[in-house]
Amino acid sequence: MMPAPAAAHLPRRRFLGLLLASLAAGCTARASDSVLRLWAMGREGEVVAGLLPGFERTHPGVRVVVQQLPWTAAHEKLLTAFAGESLPDVFQLGNTWIPEFVALNALEPLDAYAGTSRDVDLADYFGGILETNRIGSTLYGVPWYVDTRLLFYRRDLVAQAGFSDAPRSWPEWMDVLTAVKKTVGANRYAILLPLNEFEPLLALALQQSAPLLRDGNRFGNFESADFRRTLSFYVEIFRRGLAPPLTNADISNVWNEFGRGYFSFYISGPWNIGEFERRLPPEVRGAWMTAPLPGPDGPGASIAGGSSFVMSSASRHKALAWQLIEYLSQPEMQRALYAATGDLPPRRSAWRDSKLAGDPYARAFRDQLERVKPTPKVPEWERIATEMRLAAERAVHGDWSIDRAAAELDARADRILDKRRYLIARGATR
Amino acid sequence: MRRLQAWWFVAPALAVICVFFFLPVAAALVLSLTDFDIYALADLGNLRFVGLRNYLDLVATPLFWKAVLNTLYFVIVGVPLSLCVSLACALLLNARAARFRGFFRTALFAPVVTTLVAVAVIWRYLYNTRYGLLNYALGFAGIDPIDWLGDPRFAMPAIILFAVWKNFGYNMVILFAGLQTIREELYEAARIDGATYVKQLRYITLPMLAPVLALVSILTVAGYFQLFAEPYVMTQGGPLQSTMSVLYLMYEEGFKWWNLGTASAVAFVLFLFIFAVTVLELRLARQRFPA
Repeated sequence: MMPAPAAAHLPRRRFLGLLLASLAAGCTARASDSVLRLWAMGREGEVVAGLLPGFERTHPGVRVVVQQLPWTAAHEKLLTAFAGESLPDVFQLGNTWIPEFVALNALEPLDAYAGTSRDVDLADYFGGILETNRIGSTLYGVPWYVDTRLLFYRRDLVAQAGFSDAPRSWPEWMDVLTAVKKTVGANRYAILLPLNEFEPLLALALQQSAPLLRDGNRFGNFESADFRRTLSFYVEIFRRGLAPPLTNADISNVWNEFGRGYFSFYISGPWNIGEFERRLPPEVRGAWMTAPLPGPDGPGASIAGGSSFVMSSASRHKALAWQLIEYLSQPEMQRALYAATGDLPPRRSAWRDSKLAGDPYARAFRDQLERVKPTPKVPEWERIATEMRLAAERAVHGDWSIDRAAAELDARADRILDKRRYLIARGATR
Repeated sequence: MRRLQAWWFVAPALAVICVFFFLPVAAALVLSLTDFDIYALADLGNLRFVGLRNYLDLVATPLFWKAVLNTLYFVIVGVPLSLCVSLACALLLNARAARFRGFFRTALFAPVVTTLVAVAVIWRYLYNTRYGLLNYALGFAGIDPIDWLGDPRFAMPAIILFAVWKNFGYNMVILFAGLQTIREELYEAARIDGATYVKQLRYITLPMLAPVLALVSILTVAGYFQLFAEPYVMTQGGPLQSTMSVLYLMYEEGFKWWNLGTASAVAFVLFLFIFAVTVLELRLARQRFPA
């Protein structure tokens, strides 16, 4: 019955330990040393420390202190650090958080740095991914790794249902799902769309041409014909019994269930390539494949996710901080990150590596990355996406019709965006 | 002079209460009258004083009322259930026929000291629709599998069951201590008069235990109103927000969406609610047991 989440205690203690360690390290540094502070999240935070010796070798007298944040607490810690004016020089930021930190004036514009850089060639980056780092026309981040969602599917079960290839459009997809459901029977399903994740529906919604917010991101645009078409398609999958109306908490082990054929399609991201290879039962190794996300009529777009390097506007070593970003953005550094974590590189040149180019599961991602779209760039977006998930959940359970869900969603989005409209009217924000 | 000395003695405690209780409450009250959000964090010039709008918005939000109803559901079902289980276990432990008393006392208290997050993982397996032990057992009784955590009708009962299991040991220990203070002669006299076990329970145990029961129920009600950790680790407030509690709503508003104004308003409403209920309970208890 403790009001504080018990889960938050452990990372905090670890965080404190790291903090003390870095303080102790700071004390022993020579007075002439420049100390750059770098914060990174989760596994990337562990791996990045191993990439830094090369930077310190070429920059004598510079030390980089890395602090690792757990993903679950990263957002809170970054906001708290901002409020306490202790943001590090360089930090990793999920690219959907960039609008929020730009609204806080916490980030340094990077156009001037990137414009004259030898190492960071912006044309080499996937367009949709780079776009997430621009607010207005200003660049605030340099993509570090990418994340998008596409199809993971059981090739054997799809073949059993009479199809040799992955579906490319929604009508084809619905046909395949229906056929798979027919072959697997009453107790198994064709696809898993966890009701507690907004990403699958969001990816499908981004494929349409109508934007999700309208009038300069000041109002919701969910009553557009395009979004209602997406929601109908999504809900229809459940209505026809092709997907179980479950959340992730009900699926105790996604890999086991996928291995057992409880579902044949799953929309997920690059980290699951490694997980599927490691965790699937041996008899289905090689029986699965990845495929780009089908669109309304032909291959569709998906979410431009991932993390970027950003520079704190309060940093006192901006030139050095940029050199660190440049160093970590080199294609070979991105390949090293891929080798250690499976994170996919955002630069086309980094993909020319033999290991990555030869990975059959990564191929669909390479293809998909040319078709990724940013989500609306407002600080309130994540909250609106959560409302979208809740409305879709209602529609799936049959409580709301498609039109009711869309109307309700617009009303909620408009309410969430109220402060933004007020600030725009005052000329205080873009 | 005496009075002044007395004040000096309580001064440290009062100072602590002021700094850690009255000040935050006052700050929360002020914050709840503004629309503090990340824009205000960027620049305090973006902060608007909105008067009672947060409260009015809250009252007009269906989710808030849903959270209130969910919390009341949890308290009204959970507290009596929890007290009954605690009392039953305390009586069993106190029974003269009980063997290995120390062992059972420790075993029954164990859930209280285990980590909630760790046991939640196990309970999620117990509740699993297809492989869960609970549905397996129900299968023998011919009951179809229940989607405990995925069905909006069953999620709250599942949370209540989990919370009661996690917390009953604490009250059990207090009630057990209370039971041991009841003098054996009373039972002897009753037995000589031919009172059955049920009558002894009704006319000796419960009346003698009443002050302890009152204390325990007040603590439990106040604790159960602050439902948060169980849905946080088990269901994240879902499915269909059927396990969204008032405190969970506050957490989401404040720490997920950074709407500290709204979150403070929620916290304040919850505070007043618990305060009112506790005062009511204390008054009732005082009427019954003037001592």
